[in-house]
Parts: sequence; C-alpha cells; structure tokens
Amino acid sequence: MTNKPILSVENLKVVFKTPEGPVKAVNNISFTVNDGEVVGVVGESGSGKSQVFMSVMGLLATNGTATGVIRYRDIDLLGLSRDKLDKIRGRHMSMIFQDPMTSLNPYLTVERQMTEVLEIHRNMSRTEARQQAVQLLEKVQIPSAAQRISMYPHEFSGGMRQRVMIAMALLCQPQLLIADEPTTALDVTIQAQILELMRTLKRTKSNAMVLITHDLGVIAGLCDRVLVMYAGRIVEQGTVQDIFYNPQHPYTMGLLKSMPRLDVKTDRLQTIAGQPPNLQHLPIGCSFADRCQYRQDICISSKPEFRQIAPQRYKTCHLNF
Amino acid sequence: MLSSQPKALLKAVDGVSFTLGAGETLGLVGESGCGKSTLGRAILRLLPNIQGDVIWKNQNLITLSPNELRQKRRELQIIFQDPLASLNPRMTVGEIIAEPLRTFQPNLRNHDMKKIVQDMMAKMGLLPDQINRYPHEFSGGQCQRIGIARAMINNPELIICDEPVSALDVSIQAQIVNLLMDLQREKNLSLIFISHNLSVVRHISHRIMVLYLGKVVELTDRDRLYANPRHPYTRALISAVPLPDPNKEQKKKHTVISGELPSPLNPPSGCAFRTRCPLATDVCAQKTPPLEQIEPNHWVACHHWDESLKIAK
Repeated sequence: MTNKPILSVENLKVVFKTPEGPVKAVNNISFTVNDGEVVGVVGESGSGKSQVFMSVMGLLATNGTATGVIRYRDIDLLGLSRDKLDKIRGRHMSMIFQDPMTSLNPYLTVERQMTEVLEIHRNMSRTEARQQAVQLLEKVQIPSAAQRISMYPHEFSGGMRQRVMIAMALLCQPQLLIADEPTTALDVTIQAQILELMRTLKRTKSNAMVLITHDLGVIAGLCDRVLVMYAGRIVEQGTVQDIFYNPQHPYTMGLLKSMPRLDVKTDRLQTIAGQPPNLQHLPIGCSFADRCQYRQDICISSKPEFRQIAPQRYKTCHLNF
Repeated sequence: MLSSQPKALLKAVDGVSFTLGAGETLGLVGESGCGKSTLGRAILRLLPNIQGDVIWKNQNLITLSPNELRQKRRELQIIFQDPLASLNPRMTVGEIIAEPLRTFQPNLRNHDMKKIVQDMMAKMGLLPDQINRYPHEFSGGQCQRIGIARAMINNPELIICDEPVSALDVSIQAQIVNLLMDLQREKNLSLIFISHNLSVVRHISHRIMVLYLGKVVELTDRDRLYANPRHPYTRALISAVPLPDPNKEQKKKHTVISGELPSPLNPPSGCAFRTRCPLATDVCAQKTPPLEQIEPNHWVACHHWDESLKIAK
C-alpha cells in the first residue's frame, strides 16, 4: 500500500447545457479514495452523486462538461485522450451500474462481453479469456457458470445479471471499483445476496471501492468513510461512525431521522420540509438553507465553505453543533 | 383468486383471505412477483378473472353490476407507485383532482368545485394557486400529493396504496407517510399499504400480511411480526434489511437465503418456499402447509414454524 490516494478529486464541477440554461450538477467538490478503502457516497436524486463518478469514468452525457482535477494515482483523467483513458478504465478502475439489463449488451452473449474485455486489456487468447471469465462467474456464485456463460443477458434473472456485471467489472482485477446503486433495483433477499458478495470482496481488501447509494443501511454495513452530498456539494464527510453517531450537518441529521427503521420504533417520522433546490437557480447562500431548521441570516446571504472540523472530518455549514 | 392467459394458468394470487377494519392499516409485503399489487387491484375489481369474494360493508364487490360497482368506487380509491405516470400529462392539477368530483357530483357548480379542490390542495401541502399547472411542473413528492388529493376528494373509506413511496427520496418519503397517517387518524380511513420496504410497512401498519408466490405465508400484528416472525421467509426478509446503524449492521449475523423466486407458472409442489428454505424437509414437497393460527391473531403457513427460531434472526 502506498500513502498516495488511488483517486483524488479536486474542485470538480460538472455543468450540463440544457435548453433551459446550464444545470450545475456538481459544484466544486474535492475528496480522495485510498487503497483498500470502501467509501460510501450518499445523497438523494439530483445530488450529483452519480455525475461525480460518471466524470471519473469519462462517461458524462455529451451535454455535460467536467472541470477541475481528477487523478487516478498520478494521472490526470480529465486531460486524457479517449485512447489513453480506455487503457485505464475497465482495467484499473471499473464501474457497476444500477440497472444490469440496460448496461449489458442484449445482442451479445455474456461470454463475448466478458472475453472482449480480457482480449483487449490483457491480450489474452479467447480460450484463456473464457477460462478466466468462467472462474469469475463462479466467484460471484453463478450456478453452472461454464454453461451459462454462453447465454444472453435476458436469460438471466435481475440478481444474476447484477452478478454478471460485478464479475465483468472484476475481470481485470481493477484497483478501484465504483458501484452505483448496485442493489437498488433488486428485491431485498437478492440484495442481501449481492451485499454478501460485496462484503466478501471487501474482506479480501484487494481493491478500493466506492459505493454510491441512497440507502443508509447499505452504507452502514459496508463503508469505512462516507461522503454526504446535497445539491452538487459534499455537505459532510467523515468515518462511518462519525456520520451515523455524530452527524454535524443538519441535512445528515435530518436524513438519519427521516428514515423509518426496523430496529427502532418511532411514533412519527421527522421530515425535512420542502424539497431540494433547482440546480439551474441555486441560491446565493447555503443550498440547504431553505429546508434547514437551524437557519440563520448568514446561511441565506453567504455560501458556506467546505471546511475541516476534525481530522478526516469536513462539512459545508456555517454553524457548529 | 385470479387467472388469465388461455395457454397456461398463472395464479398470481392464490387463495388469500383476510379482513380489514375501519381505520386500520394492513401492510402487504413481499418481493416482486409475490402478487401483492395484483391482490390490491383485485380487491377493487380492476382486473378480469377474479374468483372469490370481496365483501365491502356487507356487499360482495365481485358480484356487483358495473353500475353498482361504479357507485362503490367513490368509497374505494387507489394511489400508485409512479406518481407522474399516474397523472394525465394533458390535464391541469385542478382538472385531475376535480375529475372524481365531476363524476360523482355532476351538478356541482364550477366555482364550488374550485373551492373544494383548492381546500384539498392546501390540506395536502400543495399551493392552491398552482391549480392551473401541469403535472410535469411538480416534483415526484408533489405529484404523489396530487395523486392522494385525487383519491381523497370524494371522502373515501378505503385507500389502496400501491408502493406509494417507493419512487421517492428518503426525506420526501417521510413527508408522504406522515400525510397518509394524519389523514387516516382524521378520517378514520382504512388503508391497504403495499410495499416491499419492510421498514416503511412496519412504521405505518397495524397488521401485516407477508406474501410469497401468491400465497399468504404469515399474517399478524405489526409488533408481533417483527418481534417474533415464525415463517422462515419472514425471518429471511427481516434479516435482509440493512440497518442504518454501523455497529448493529456490521455485527449482525446475516442469514442470506439462496436462490430466487420460482416461476408462478410452474410453482414448486407443496410449500412454494421450500426451494429456498433452510428448514425444508420431505413433507414440504408433499403437502402444502395450511395457514394455521399458532397463537391469537398470528397465522403462519409453514410445516416447521415451531422450529423457525433455530434460524438466527
């Protein structure tokens, strides 16, 4: 292990051009991911959590522009040509998406989709590649993998397709695995199976993982460190213990309280009033001020900085709790 | 009971019986394909090929004439999972909410109707002066409020809520759940709350029915279900929910059940859950377990319910 982070993001901004004007999806965020670490990214729809990592993978929609610095080890990804980027993504870092049906190619067998990766990135022969692919399918517990590898994606169930996606992402033993809502489309018992698989991956510590999700339960079980995002900014960052037991941003506090829970009985759910701001017209002050129960005048007049409040601990809020 | 398709018979819901009291919430939980939405729709006769009885205040909805049923629909309403898709994009919010009023009170004057609709909007936490806007101008949570306003406008006695918060963000989810609970308290509404989210169901329901492949596997009071689940499937479901508490979640013993839901076209013999059940024995393949009462108000359909405590919770 080196001390250098595997991924570092500095002052990243993502803007989408739309007919109604620019939409600021990600607004100046910075963070790092270290070797062997599992980082959770939590936030609601539109918080920008997926777009950050779409920028990392060079997968932003054509109307989107990312500025700032994204480094994989020492390589600045944003300045890279497509050719050079292709040498890194899929091999050194790979991504799993929420909907395995739309991210697998329906016209190709699983075998073709998996062997292609190894042939391109690893210069393997088809036979070698096939062997390796079957091994990985077995690792993610696809029954009779040697037979099923010749099937098409539609012949697999949702849970099995997600396993195929994970196997495919692991093909080149990437050092960074990004999972974007990997279990959101799945039923709870199937989700439990996939989470078990991810726990096994975590235990082997062979790579760093980023887990993007809106489910705080998934974060609690798997992550070492958490970034909480709101309206395109990181509003709080800390260890999983900090975030769950000592949240320091009113949004994190509200999020934790508004969840109905299986382990705690509540009479009435606390809510966060209102709704997230329009990313086309972000307020001058704090983006959360509108919904914040602790709001002061300063919150409306000036934007809070992303500031350090303890070692490894940051927040974007004027107030102290 | 429900069937369709001439070539093969798919029993989406198979031999389900339950009662619901006034002002009560019954939660229906289960995974995709367990028949929970089909059951919800069958109760309102929104589907063809229903066998069995749905007794609503001493009248059997299944045998009513279309005209009689139409009158009853005033008392029975439904809200859906996808709030935007369930609102007509070409109608204004005012028209959408007023439509049931127009249907059942055609003589109402426009001016009065507008007043009723705006009062309802205010009650739902919508701005009454947005009455002329279209659904796409609202967020998901607001669209769900519009759907609830439309369901509430004729003062129904029962609302079937089919995954009403599944498409919403956590912070918005809580707002809608609270709204439904407030309406229930105020109007003594009965709710059938269909969801795959066990935490939300626990919060809102008085009693809970767990479905697996079209059959009831467990039915009991909310607290009893979570404190003392007796069907292995219920135990697995509860254990599968990740807790938002790192210490508890990381120390929890995860009992992960293997396999997936079998095809309802070709269900396993005997107990439908036996193919994934850690307690399954020969008897499970031979005999369908009856839904039996194991203690007051607690029904379980499992040959081995008394052994289920062996599975870690």
